[in-house]
Amino acid sequence: MENKKKVLLKVENVGVSMNDKSLVKGVSFEVKQGEIVTLIGPNGSGKSTTAKIALGIYKKIDGKVKTYTNKIGYVPQKISIDWTLPIRVSDFMTLTEELTQDQINIALNLTGVEHLKNKSLSNLSGGEFQRVLIARAISKKPELLVLDEPVQGVDFKGEIALYQLIKKISDKMKCGILLISHDLHVVMSATDYVLCLNGHVCCSGTPHHVVQDSKYKELFGDRASNILSLYEHKHDHTHSPDGTIDQK
Amino acid sequence: MLDDFFIRALLAGIGIALITGPIGCFVIWRRLSFFAGTLAHSALLGVTMALVFELNIALSVFLISAVIAILLLQLQTKTNLPNDALLGLLAHSSLAIGLVIIGFLTTIRFDVMALLFGDILAVSQNDLLLIWGGGLFILIILKIIWKPLFASTINYDLAKAEGMNPDRYNAIFTILMAAIIAISIKIVGLLLITGMLIIPAALARNISNNPVQMALLSTIGGLLSILIGLFSSLEFNTASGPSIIAAALFLFILSLLKIKQSIKLKN
Repeated sequence: MENKKKVLLKVENVGVSMNDKSLVKGVSFEVKQGEIVTLIGPNGSGKSTTAKIALGIYKKIDGKVKTYTNKIGYVPQKISIDWTLPIRVSDFMTLTEELTQDQINIALNLTGVEHLKNKSLSNLSGGEFQRVLIARAISKKPELLVLDEPVQGVDFKGEIALYQLIKKISDKMKCGILLISHDLHVVMSATDYVLCLNGHVCCSGTPHHVVQDSKYKELFGDRASNILSLYEHKHDHTHSPDGTIDQK
Repeated sequence: MLDDFFIRALLAGIGIALITGPIGCFVIWRRLSFFAGTLAHSALLGVTMALVFELNIALSVFLISAVIAILLLQLQTKTNLPNDALLGLLAHSSLAIGLVIIGFLTTIRFDVMALLFGDILAVSQNDLLLIWGGGLFILIILKIIWKPLFASTINYDLAKAEGMNPDRYNAIFTILMAAIIAISIKIVGLLLITGMLIIPAALARNISNNPVQMALLSTIGGLLSILIGLFSSLEFNTASGPSIIAAALFLFILSLLKIKQSIKLKN
């Protein structure tokens, strides 16, 4: 059954070095339609670097990257908009894709920031900007979404709602997602495949498999191993960004 | 009608303002003001090369600008010097070499002042053809590459990841800048062309809230600078190039005042 899904991204034994120092090496994985692959690991372990390699941002890499789609949405970890640029949220939404006003409204509505549409990008808070970034990435109906710490700076309730949205998108739009996250709860409960990085792949597999790996315990400590038991209950409702409960 | 030197000057200035308006916005957004200045300085070398080898001046300036841009890229990868130091090095050494070579050209009488500050009142019909033909070409290219260029300006990684090929568009933009300097050097001069690129865009920034609006207002600001500058130079018998830049500065100061409400354009 697994084999029927279209492979969107195939990364084979990739690595990149800067000034003769290896940032990350020997990483292989693939992202299929409707699947969420997550990269976890401590700071400086090469998660963002791996995502950038997969997206073809580096000019010189080791290994091979094959992308089988050109509809890609990217939420980078860091992006600073220069104050010299007068740009509204609506201008930013159409940065790499032509969208109708309706499409813009729908995407902004999904991440709960429709009211910010005509605001200047430089006036947004960190969390608001993050929601705009996610809205922009999903608005173009990508086949492959690469999300690098997509909910940083978002309040706790919003974080859960956004992760649920991401999960929903991958199910509904059948797009493949490469996710980088620090939130082990989310990673372990919502993703199909986990790669644990520390300059190289420490361990990888399904969340169940990874939490039992000794290298994972070494990297994240014993408490991180109990994460599955912590999260193994079913939520019977969801929250919209303003905190009200949407019954399923 | 076009025989009248003042009409030709007006037409030339209007042509220049139409190009520098939108391109100047990108110069500001991409923080290329100093780079534009460096290309303009190197134009002197371009002009002397044209005289030595009997080339077309605009073509020679364009080629030298391109060489300077390539040299800059090389130096950036091969040295640890900061960008502004490299730009200063290229700007002043190319200016110096140009001036030294002019010294050797004893057979050609050469007006360095006109080169530095422009001589818009001596515009010929051929110059007009170059400005309007070249300018139209530059604007069409800019229109075609606007979206990927803008995306690359906002964020390299994002543009690259989503298939916009920022390296290509950054290179095309550099070529456009060199082309602008090549066609406008005779009109505003190499010391003032950077002013024409930056000041109208800067005043537009003060009164705009989106990129397209800024490009439009920048163009309008440039046109007004040309008109005010040229008519006042006629009236008070001042040098035309500096008068245009002074007019632009005057408009910039106006834009600092609270005129935001009165010029609120809707997209």
